[in-house]
Amino acid sequence: MTSLAVPLRRRRRGPGSSRGREAASGWLFLTPMLVILGLFLVVPVLMALWVSLSDWTGRGSPLSSDVGFVGLDNYRRLLLGGGLATQDFGTAMRNNAYYVLLVVPLQTALALFLATMVNRAALRGKGFFRTAFYFPSVTSSVAITVLWLFLFSASGTINAILAKLSITGPNWFNDPQGVIHLLLGTVGVDAAPAALAQHGFLGISLWEWAAGPSVAMTAFILLAIFTTSGTFMLLFLAALQAVSHEVEEAALMDGANARQRFFRVTLPMLKPTVFTVVTLGLIGTWQVFDQIYTGTQGGPAKTTLTPAYLSYTAAFQNNEWGRGAAIAFVLFAIIVLLTVLQRVVLRERGVPRRKRFHRTPPAPPAAVAGTATATGGPGAGTTTATSTTGSDR
Amino acid sequence: MTAATVTRGPSRGTSGPTGRGTAPRPRRSRRRMLATSFTYAVLVVLAILYVYPFLIQVATSFKTDAEAAQNAISLVPQTWSTAAYERLFLRSDFPLWFRNSVIVTVVVTIGRVFINSLAGYALARLRFRGRGLVFAGLVAVMAVPNVVLLIPKFLVIKQAGIYNSFAGLIIPLLADAAGIFIMKNFFESIPPSVEEAARMDGAGTFRVFWSVVLPMARPALVTIVILSFQGSWNELSHFIVASQDPQLVTLTKGVAQLASGQLSQGTQYPLKLAAAAIMTIPVAVLFFVFQKRIMNQSAGAVKE
Repeated sequence: MTSLAVPLRRRRRGPGSSRGREAASGWLFLTPMLVILGLFLVVPVLMALWVSLSDWTGRGSPLSSDVGFVGLDNYRRLLLGGGLATQDFGTAMRNNAYYVLLVVPLQTALALFLATMVNRAALRGKGFFRTAFYFPSVTSSVAITVLWLFLFSASGTINAILAKLSITGPNWFNDPQGVIHLLLGTVGVDAAPAALAQHGFLGISLWEWAAGPSVAMTAFILLAIFTTSGTFMLLFLAALQAVSHEVEEAALMDGANARQRFFRVTLPMLKPTVFTVVTLGLIGTWQVFDQIYTGTQGGPAKTTLTPAYLSYTAAFQNNEWGRGAAIAFVLFAIIVLLTVLQRVVLRERGVPRRKRFHRTPPAPPAAVAGTATATGGPGAGTTTATSTTGSDR
Repeated sequence: MTAATVTRGPSRGTSGPTGRGTAPRPRRSRRRMLATSFTYAVLVVLAILYVYPFLIQVATSFKTDAEAAQNAISLVPQTWSTAAYERLFLRSDFPLWFRNSVIVTVVVTIGRVFINSLAGYALARLRFRGRGLVFAGLVAVMAVPNVVLLIPKFLVIKQAGIYNSFAGLIIPLLADAAGIFIMKNFFESIPPSVEEAARMDGAGTFRVFWSVVLPMARPALVTIVILSFQGSWNELSHFIVASQDPQLVTLTKGVAQLASGQLSQGTQYPLKLAAAAIMTIPVAVLFFVFQKRIMNQSAGAVKE
């Protein structure tokens, strides 16, 4: 291909040739994008990588000569140090892990439920319901958090409703007690068993890991489900509309009841969308920042601290830029790792079932895993293909 | 699989023996009616759950501080008070925040429309070496989570000397890989014959793009406008790291600081909720105007 391409390119470069002009304008068209993306995405990442390996304190330029290279010290202190840096990071990881664990399955299930309900063919007022469910998704995270702070305040709407049912609601955003600890408390387990108290991970004991989300975090979990279910409902709706009615009717003819039709016919066909929604959910829920900044700033008792917010405070408030940047990169690694892991797990379970329906073998996993994002996947392949043919012609 | 369903069908759950085709007609339609009303009941309850918080928000913003604390459920204030709004507009920086948000949002939206359509067109239609590489880079860049970029962005903004300026608030937000994707996909979907005809007439690449291709791309451009407007209006973290100047505070940042008590406001829920309600209005209007398109676009985006 190279032997062919070189003479072609030379000819194209001739002053009047349309190919040469097309290439020139191609690069010209891309210039604004390349400058902006380069300056504010690529360069920053490289610079932060350097900062995470340095002892920069925020004064002067991080590239000046008096900033020292400290290797992996920031990472070591963060992950293995056992000091306050590790404890805070461990706490933030625990908080966010429970958040992810609860939000991702619940928002996916709720979004799917809303979509199937709204998708009923004979439903009147479809538009109204769709709008109602989607509306929270368009509002800003700040505005919705402000609203949540009111709804879940000590004398707020939620507690007022609970009071009508003769339940004394908790002081939501000020209650640091872990939900699992509270449940254990009702069966009489108040203190940590020795095994859990003595061992630990990332600077906090296993008993603390087992605390569950705090009551305050639970309110944030509900907030996340409330705001994102609408967005994902739209994704499911689109997929449901693509499921051909013939298939459903065929199942109906075969005597499948509603539940069987859903679990055995519709759901398997929605698998790619479930996959997308879970991926997007995983990526999004590990980045909780706005709500914490607006609402609790990590309190009460650090139970709503998240890695994203911790990274921000470490750098901008404590001037420990190396630590802040290191947290950001560890978070990045976690997101990438979990996304890949989830791809592998969901794919492997998907393959044998697919084989039953299609004679063509599924796409090789390597090719699919190579694409970076769920939405970008198919597009990436086609463009590379067209561009190759383009240059060969 | 079909055989399995058939054999299992009658013995399963609620449908029982009457669930099959042999069932008498009236029973079946009564069951269907029951199911339909159940669906409606569930949907209505859910809709109330989704809408009620916003009604409470508006209602509470018209209550007095005392009433907001005492009666958090009612949707009608006992005594209507516009004190919160008066305070916001006459005795606070709220109008300044609003103005800053408008400036940033408008410039970012225009800039993104321009950059995204140019880049999308180049990636979809113009043939040149290195295009595939640029596209691969774009995909890789899209995968970097926003939160990871907080500190990095600050570093670059500071180095570039645009900290505490509108340029610092606006220029980094012009980076929009997802929007370039949307434009690229759209340009690939329209037939190239129209442009070729224009090119035969001797029009240059930019001229073809500007007066032939871009007018055809209106649906995709509207999508970019919606997403950019919503995205930059609701943006928070970037504004936090890009400036400290009180004169450059945007709505999200200002209201977030108001809510977290950084401006020492205490618990004045009507005031905070009024601020949150007003900042929701522009995106809500945009949403209702383009509702059909928003619903359909996200459908299209998934299929891609």
